[in-house]
Amino acid sequence: MTAAALGDGRTATQDLVRAGAASTVGFDKVSVAYRGAVVLKPLTLEVAAGEILAMIGPSGSGKTTALRAVAGFVRPVSGRIRVGGTDVTDLPPYERGLAMVVQNYALFPHMRVADNVAFGLRARGAARTLIESRVDDALGVVGMRTFRKRYPRELSGGQQQRVAIARALAVRPRVLLLDEPLSALDAQIRRSMVEEIARLHADLPDLTILYVTHDQSEALTLADRIAILKDGALCAVGRTADLYRRPPNRFAAEFLGRANLLPVVIEDDRSVGGMVAVRAGADRLLVAGDGAPAGTRRLLCVRPQHLTLTAELGYSNRIGGRLRQVHWQGELTHLVAEVGDSLVRIVATRLPALPERGGAVDMFFAPGDASLIPEEAGV
Amino acid sequence: MLVWSRSGRFLVWTVAALLIGVVFLAPLAVILAASFAAQWNGALPSGFTLEHYRAAGTGASGDAVFASLATGVAASVLALLSGTWAALALRAQGPAWSRTLGILFFVPSAVPSVSVGLGLLVAFSQRPLLLNGTTAIVILAHFVLISAFSFGNVSAGLARLPPDFEEVASCLGARPAYRLAKVTLPLIAPYVVAAFGLSFALSMGELGATVMVYPPGWVTLPVAIFGLTDRGDVFSGAALTMILVGVTLTLLIGLERLPIAAAGRRG
Repeated sequence: MTAAALGDGRTATQDLVRAGAASTVGFDKVSVAYRGAVVLKPLTLEVAAGEILAMIGPSGSGKTTALRAVAGFVRPVSGRIRVGGTDVTDLPPYERGLAMVVQNYALFPHMRVADNVAFGLRARGAARTLIESRVDDALGVVGMRTFRKRYPRELSGGQQQRVAIARALAVRPRVLLLDEPLSALDAQIRRSMVEEIARLHADLPDLTILYVTHDQSEALTLADRIAILKDGALCAVGRTADLYRRPPNRFAAEFLGRANLLPVVIEDDRSVGGMVAVRAGADRLLVAGDGAPAGTRRLLCVRPQHLTLTAELGYSNRIGGRLRQVHWQGELTHLVAEVGDSLVRIVATRLPALPERGGAVDMFFAPGDASLIPEEAGV
Repeated sequence: MLVWSRSGRFLVWTVAALLIGVVFLAPLAVILAASFAAQWNGALPSGFTLEHYRAAGTGASGDAVFASLATGVAASVLALLSGTWAALALRAQGPAWSRTLGILFFVPSAVPSVSVGLGLLVAFSQRPLLLNGTTAIVILAHFVLISAFSFGNVSAGLARLPPDFEEVASCLGARPAYRLAKVTLPLIAPYVVAAFGLSFALSMGELGATVMVYPPGWVTLPVAIFGLTDRGDVFSGAALTMILVGVTLTLLIGLERLPIAAAGRRG
């Protein structure tokens, strides 16, 4: 659809209809408070055009508040919000050119699917031909063309979610805001919807998406970058794979992927191929160094699925422990071992036989699969 | 199920039937019988006639039906508009303001209707606010008495409306007026219709304030019924009462179907 398809006499708001160019989102020290209680501490964050940025964190971390500030539903007590380089902090939500999908979809129950999808365009005064074309396109993108005459109550949860996305896409938003859009779905449908959203973004690579979720697997699957929030503050931000492999702090390591964290002391800071020697109890290990001198206390971060119970090629680090729990779950086996005062979780995909609880166990991992993070409390 | 045993349920149903029969149905049955009675000298009426209804359809009684309907509709529409406006406006305020102003809206319903009538009579008997002796003061009295119920119903509907609908609409580009017309009001339509129905029913039965302010030529049904029974014409009063009940029930049943139709399209 081109701008020429719009009717004559367009208003500024109507121009938003044709806006579809990728837009950046910028938080400049944005802080939000409710009746004096700060729920979002000064947040500075940039979302690149066409990027999916997932904001994750536990309840009360401020992720939804940050999203609502972009949408214009809450007004920051300080700081500025930019969309596509334009300061939108003082603009009402209907002038920001965004679209949002919320947890319960909020499809208008008194409107049919096609009317729901057309809502934003009608609200912006788009021409009838444009509306028909856009509704058809949007429903086609989410595979819901044949459902256009149905009411929302006649659709399943997954179908409602698709319609909600179509409604958001129909207005060609500058930025798509997704507020826990899959959390009302059961696990199986959620997995397939994550794949659909990934496909959707592949089809619409210019679409900037701010995705709020508490589900780390959604964030890991979809996001180009992840921002982790805790207690109203940005705790970590980075490219998804980097953040997963090299979490900058304890909270990021535990929240994103539930990493094992073992206290270690750097024994030898002479880097060999980027690796330094650390001591974890009786075990001497080689891991990627972080530049800290010998004697520094650190937390060794290693993911449960990077640990094996058999010495394989390249898995040169060994930690000794005692097996406390064994949970067989079909294709996966979850094990918990005691190492000193710490508990280490292992996720094994194949085991020749289930090990005995209470027995000694050796766990192996590759030096490249572990990292060191500061031991500071708080984050 | 609160009562599990068969005998217990039978007992509860019997008590409920007796209560409903004695408290609700018996008075109505007596009025219904009286409205068709030619004479009533014993325990039961001794003759059947439609004369009271024939008389009710003409002359002063017919005017009373019109006056009641016109007053009820006008006052209910005004109450609905102001109640909806107030409920929407107060929702946008903080909870403390909303609660305080909301209580103020209910004050007239706590004042005896006769006192409301008296107050209006005194307040609007001097220029430039001279409404004494006009139809407007009757409508105003009804409006004052019923507006709290319109406000309460619409407020309840708005309180139950998840904010997501309006927020999503707003984010999609809907300005406040468009959002109100296309999203908010349709979603609270059952409450709006219920508010109108309740206001109308209350207005149709209002007597206390009306007898204080009604002008000649604008006698509502309750005033006419009161006048007839006061003069001893109980049978004509009963016929008018049944007409009042019939008109009110017909409108309420008709209104009840509207939210059902709207709700049928809901998820």
